[in-house]
Amino acid sequence: MDLATFLIQCLNSLQYGLLLFLVASGLTLIFGIMGVINLAHGSFYMIGAYMAFALAPAVAATFGGGFFAVLVVGTVLAVLLGYLLEWAFFSFLYEREHLQQVLMTYGLILVFEELRSLAVGDDVHGVQPPDILAGTLPLGDVMTYPVYRLFVSGVCLLLALGMWFVFTRTRLGMMIRAGSTNREMVQSLGIDIKFLYRVVFAAGVAIAVLAGMVAAPVSSVYPGMGNTVLIICFVVVVIGGIGSIRGALLAALLIGVVDTFGKVFVPQAAGVLVYVLMALILLWKPDGLFKAA
Amino acid sequence: MTMRAPLVFVLACFGALAALPLLTGSYGVDLVTKIMVYAIFALSLELLVGAAGLVCFGQAAFFGIGAYAAVLLSPASEAAGLWWLLPVSIVAAALYALAVGALSLRTKGVYFIMVTLAFAQMAYYVVHDTPLGGGTDGIYLYVKPALGSLIDLDGALTLYFFTLASLAATFVFLAVLLRSRFGRALAGIRVNEQRMRATGFSTYPYKLAAFTLSGGIAGLAGFLFALKDGFVNPELMSWHLSGAVLIMIILGGIGHLRGALIGAFAFALLQEFFKSEAIFGAFAKHWHLGLGLAIIACVALLPRGLVGLPAQWRERLVGRSRSAAPQEALNEA
Repeated sequence: MDLATFLIQCLNSLQYGLLLFLVASGLTLIFGIMGVINLAHGSFYMIGAYMAFALAPAVAATFGGGFFAVLVVGTVLAVLLGYLLEWAFFSFLYEREHLQQVLMTYGLILVFEELRSLAVGDDVHGVQPPDILAGTLPLGDVMTYPVYRLFVSGVCLLLALGMWFVFTRTRLGMMIRAGSTNREMVQSLGIDIKFLYRVVFAAGVAIAVLAGMVAAPVSSVYPGMGNTVLIICFVVVVIGGIGSIRGALLAALLIGVVDTFGKVFVPQAAGVLVYVLMALILLWKPDGLFKAA
Repeated sequence: MTMRAPLVFVLACFGALAALPLLTGSYGVDLVTKIMVYAIFALSLELLVGAAGLVCFGQAAFFGIGAYAAVLLSPASEAAGLWWLLPVSIVAAALYALAVGALSLRTKGVYFIMVTLAFAQMAYYVVHDTPLGGGTDGIYLYVKPALGSLIDLDGALTLYFFTLASLAATFVFLAVLLRSRFGRALAGIRVNEQRMRATGFSTYPYKLAAFTLSGGIAGLAGFLFALKDGFVNPELMSWHLSGAVLIMIILGGIGHLRGALIGAFAFALLQEFFKSEAIFGAFAKHWHLGLGLAIIACVALLPRGLVGLPAQWRERLVGRSRSAAPQEALNEA
C-alpha cells in the first residue's frame, strides 16, 4: 500500500467514522439523558437519505434552491417530526420498562419502513452531489479524492463542535446535563423538563436526519439502510460508554478505521471485525471506554 | 382442589394443538409446526429474560447452531439416528452458549445485550463467510433423521407431533425448573443480585447455568426448524431473528412461561393475518405497516403484555380498589 492509497483510506475512515458519530450521538443522548432505548433511530437516518432524494424536485420547484436548500428544509422537517414523535409516542414511555420501549420502537421501525415503501417505493436510488462539490482533488500522481467526501467530514466536524459548545458552554446544555443526573431536582428548580426532553429528542432526530441527507450522495439510498446503521451505532454507543458524547466520538472514529482498513486487508472477515472489537473492548472495560458522568 | 386459570389455559392450549391436525389441512399443520418451533425458541429466551433478568440479543446464534449441527452431522444418503443427532445438536448449541455466557456475563444491562449480539454476529459470519456452512446459499438436508422404524420425521404429521411433544416437554421442564431452588435463586438474582450475593449465593454460576440451558433449548428449536424445512441458511443466525424472538416474548408478557407461548403465536398469526391477500388485497404486500401498528397499539394498551389482558379486564370490571391483590407470582406458569 503506497502513501496515497493509505491517505485515501485514512480520509475514508475519518469520513465514515464522523458520519457514524453523528447518528450515534443522537442515540447516546436520547438513551443517556432520557433513558429511552430508541431502535427507530436508524429509521431517522433512512428518512434523511430518502429526503435528500425525494425532496429535491419539490424544493427546487418551490424555493429554487439546490442541495443546500434541501438540507435546510429537511432539517426543519426533521425537527418537527422529532417534536411530534416525542409528544405522540415517547412521552408516555419514560416510566415504562426498557423492554416496552424496545417493543414500541421496533413497531415504529416497521411503520417507517413501510411508509417509505408506500411513498417512494423500494428501488435503490443515487443522489448527485451539488455541482460545487462534485469535483475531485488530486492526491499523488494518479489518485484523486472526491471533494464531496471532504465536505461530509467537514459538516460532521462542525456539528460535533456545535454539540460540544451547546453542551458545555450554554445554559441549555447545563440544564440538559442536570436533567440527565436528577430529573426531579431539575423540575423542582422550575425548569420545564418535559419541554427540555422534547427539545433533546427533536435535536437527536434532526442530527440523524441531517446525517442521512449528507450521506445520501456517498452511500446511495436503499431500503433497510436504517437497520444496518442502527446496529453499528449501538456498537458505537456501547463501546464509547452510554451517554458519553466524547466516548461516542472516539468509538465512531475507531470503528471507522477498523472497518475501512479491515475491508482492505482482510476483506473476507471485514464484517465481523467490528463485533470482535466490541467484544474485546467490553470484556476489557465492561462499562465502555468512557463511563458517562 | 380447584385448578387455577393459567393452568387450565395452558392445558387447553396443548389440547387444542393436539387436536388441530384433525381440523386443518397441510398448510395449517406446517404453519403451526413452525409456530411451535418459535414457541420453544421463545421459551428458551424467557428463561433468560423473564426468570433471570438477562436480556440476550444473540439467541439466534444458538438456534442456528442447533440447526446447522442437525444438517452438517447428518449422513448424506441415509437417515441419521435421532437418538444421537438430537442430543448432539443440543449440546453443540449449549457449548457455544457456555463459552459466550462465561465471557459476556461479566457485563450488565445494555452492555450485556450488545456483547451477546457481538458473539452471535461472529457465529453468523462463520457460517456466512467460511466454506463450513455453505455460505449464503445454505445447505439442504436430504434425508431426515429417524428413530429406527418407530419415528420417521420425514412425515409432516409425525414432525408436528414430535414438535408438540418437544414443546410440552420444554414447557414442563422450565415450569418445574423455575419452581426449584435453582429457579428461586434466578428470581432472586433478577430482583436484586447484590442481596443474593450478600445472602451467600455465588450468582455467576447460576447465571451461567441458566445461559447454557437457554442455549441448549434454543438449539432444540433450531434442530426442529432444520428438520421442518430441510434447509438451513445464515439468516437463521442473523440479529433479525434474535430481535424477533425478543419481540415475541415482550408481546406475550415477560415473567410468565405462557407469555412466551402466547407471544410466539400472536406474533406469527399477526404476520399471517396482515400478509393475507384475501383480507387486504393488494395492500397485503405492505404487511409490515399493519404489524408495526398492531405492535404499537399493544404497547400503548397492554403495559403487561398479552398475558396481562385478563387481569386488566378484571381490574376494569371489579374496580381499581380491589386490584391491589397480590401480583401474579412469577412461577404461575
